Amino acid sequence: MTVGDLQQGDTAIVKSYLGGLDRQSRFLEMGILPGIELRLVKIAPLGGTIELKIRDYYVSIRQQDALNILIEN
Amino acid sequence: MNADTLPWVALIGNPNSGKTAIFNLLTGMNQKVSNYPGITVEKKLGTGQFNDGTFYHLLDLPGTYSLTPESFDERIVTEQVLQWIHGNNPPAVIVSVVDATNLSRNLYLTTQLLDLGIPIVIGLNMMDLVDKTEKIDPLSLKKWLGAAAVVPMSALKKSGLNKLKEQVRANILTRPVNNDIFPLEVTKPIETILMPIISLLYKKLGYTPRFAAAQALRLITRKSTLEFYNRAIQKERKIDSKTVNELEDFRIIAIKEIEKEELKPSSLEAILRYQWLDANLAQDRSDHINQIRKINTSEKIDQIFTHKWLGPGIFMGLLYFIFQSIFNFASIPMEWIEAGVDWLGKGVVTLVPESNFRGLLIDGIIAGMGAILIFLPQIVILMFFLTLLEDSGYMARVAFMLDRGMSKIGLHGRSVLPLMSGYACAIPGIMSTRTIDNWKERLITMLILPLMSCSARLPVYALMIGAFIPPITVGYVFSLQGLMMVVMYFIGTVTALILAKIFNLWIKTKGKSSFVMEMPPYRLPILRSVFRQVFIRAKLFLFNAGKIIMAISVILWFLASFPKTDKNGEQITIHNSFAGKIGHTIEPIIQPLGFDWKVGIALITSFAAREVLVSTMATIYNVENTADDMVQLSDAMKNDMNPSTGLPVFTPLVAVSLMVFYVYAAQCMATFAIIRRETNTWKWPLFMIVYMNVLAYLVSFLVYQGGLWLGFS
Repeated sequence: MTVGDLQQGDTAIVKSYLGGLDRQSRFLEMGILPGIELRLVKIAPLGGTIELKIRDYYVSIRQQDALNILIEN
Repeated sequence: MNADTLPWVALIGNPNSGKTAIFNLLTGMNQKVSNYPGITVEKKLGTGQFNDGTFYHLLDLPGTYSLTPESFDERIVTEQVLQWIHGNNPPAVIVSVVDATNLSRNLYLTTQLLDLGIPIVIGLNMMDLVDKTEKIDPLSLKKWLGAAAVVPMSALKKSGLNKLKEQVRANILTRPVNNDIFPLEVTKPIETILMPIISLLYKKLGYTPRFAAAQALRLITRKSTLEFYNRAIQKERKIDSKTVNELEDFRIIAIKEIEKEELKPSSLEAILRYQWLDANLAQDRSDHINQIRKINTSEKIDQIFTHKWLGPGIFMGLLYFIFQSIFNFASIPMEWIEAGVDWLGKGVVTLVPESNFRGLLIDGIIAGMGAILIFLPQIVILMFFLTLLEDSGYMARVAFMLDRGMSKIGLHGRSVLPLMSGYACAIPGIMSTRTIDNWKERLITMLILPLMSCSARLPVYALMIGAFIPPITVGYVFSLQGLMMVVMYFIGTVTALILAKIFNLWIKTKGKSSFVMEMPPYRLPILRSVFRQVFIRAKLFLFNAGKIIMAISVILWFLASFPKTDKNGEQITIHNSFAGKIGHTIEPIIQPLGFDWKVGIALITSFAAREVLVSTMATIYNVENTADDMVQLSDAMKNDMNPSTGLPVFTPLVAVSLMVFYVYAAQCMATFAIIRRETNTWKWPLFMIVYMNVLAYLVSFLVYQGGLWLGFS
């Protein structure tokens, strides 16, 4: 399972990342690290982007990037 | 940076941490906005006063999440910080602004700053918004972070500011040296791998052991860190290409070794830092686990504002409301300005005797300035709403909702704000594309941005619509004039989006696009700061536009008024003046678009700035008018007859053709200059001039000839 598979309101714990290293460094700096719990707040009205709550803040990322964030089952 | 001896303080923090609000509070109106040399990131420098009466300089750096740069804005901060380390005028103290409601992510940057060895005073902002159940212990924070001071405060409530200033002052006086060791727990194998880099930085560049360790880690994490050293070779004597080559070699070896340990080098710094931060924060906050399940007020508001159906609907409604307001609210102040300019012209007529100088004053300067001043209310209203949307946090929601559509045509959710700023002025819009990490998305955003109808086109539209589009109501509620205006904005925007798609297929650049965007909490905009921004931007517009308009009006008045007599000594009219000759020369080229020689002159002067069309027409008609009084521009245009045909020069069809021309034409030299600076080549601005002007001619041609064919006049 990946963050991209979550439904609105689901929570999950990040396990690891798939894919390009360059791209994930920004996620890491924003504190989206293995072991951290997050909640899927919302899928954008037109799709494409999702809103997450992580740590104490809200962040939006693209669905295609979310598919590269593996979660613990 | 400052020739005087005042100590200076740097303000660094995450975006949305309230950094700029603190800057405004500390410096008041005593600030100066300029650009960093060679680049156009706003450099905000102010002067503040300590409680003991002494002064200091304060520099507001762009908001950033880390010293590992991603976007252009962030690179500025990283580069500045490295220059300080290399002895180039470091600040006496750094104030690290931290959003207390979002500690761990904000402190990430702070821990990077703490490695620098410059005293760090943490401004723990937004303390008033922290949950009552949560306890933050500033003393404990200060201790385990190793900061010079931690000051709880609130920029909104204006509390804690004196305490902050006290701590900054105290640290400037004592200049404490931070000899702490690198705090992150780097395991033995990694430490061994990093050692060659650390000792190189320590020996060759004179870094402290702590900063050398931090920088070694960052070099492993991001290749872009190396680029700074490469660029620094030319600028700084301490760094030579041999050292940089060594760094590069050591880096490659270290990365291989780390991968052997089954670790990802690119995630090393973030993981180590957050591990250390989270472990220490957990000691201070025990009941913090359930944060992600809490639904805050902004999330509740977003249940409506980013709702599947309501969200896009509200956005469209807001846009419609803004454009309607531009017309409705501006009409009264516009009448005042018109009356004022008229009064001034009449005053000059009675005070100054008939002379060339009076002609210049009335027909050149007053007519030219007045024609532009009248549109200031509309520009201010547009800027006011855009600033409001930006400061409230709503723009991030717009980017969130529209990213899908934007990424399909090669743009980014973050392109929405620059494009909307383009409705005010392309220049701040182009500058704000810096937040887009991906070069291709950024380039396309810049290239299409000038098609968004900026406030300089507003005078042109307003003049033509006011004079030639009948004020009737269509479909019961829509005024035809308002609708026409919306259509002009609409065709520019739609063309921009279509071209984005075409450019996306055509421009080949590598680099993956990423989208990680914080959704800041909604905040009630501080009206004072909104008004301040609008005031600054309006002033810039008036001064910049004013300078150009003034100069062009004077030149134009001269060209239109001379020669006064021909070689037989007979009085000649504007037709045979220098300007008239220029206009008549290009008339054949623009005749198929429905434009006469007067418009021809205006098209040339508009190359400096679009709004010059209005002042140019005003000057031409005023010079032509031999009576003493000033003519009203729209009346003059309506009454203008073609002497050979006896038909009006301007018709609704000509007005539409002219407006369409202004939608597409590349006419603003300032825009070319800024694109040149941002892309660092003449290729893109030249490309823009060609594609926009070809488009302008073609579409105008189609509109005018098509209109004639359909039987419009």
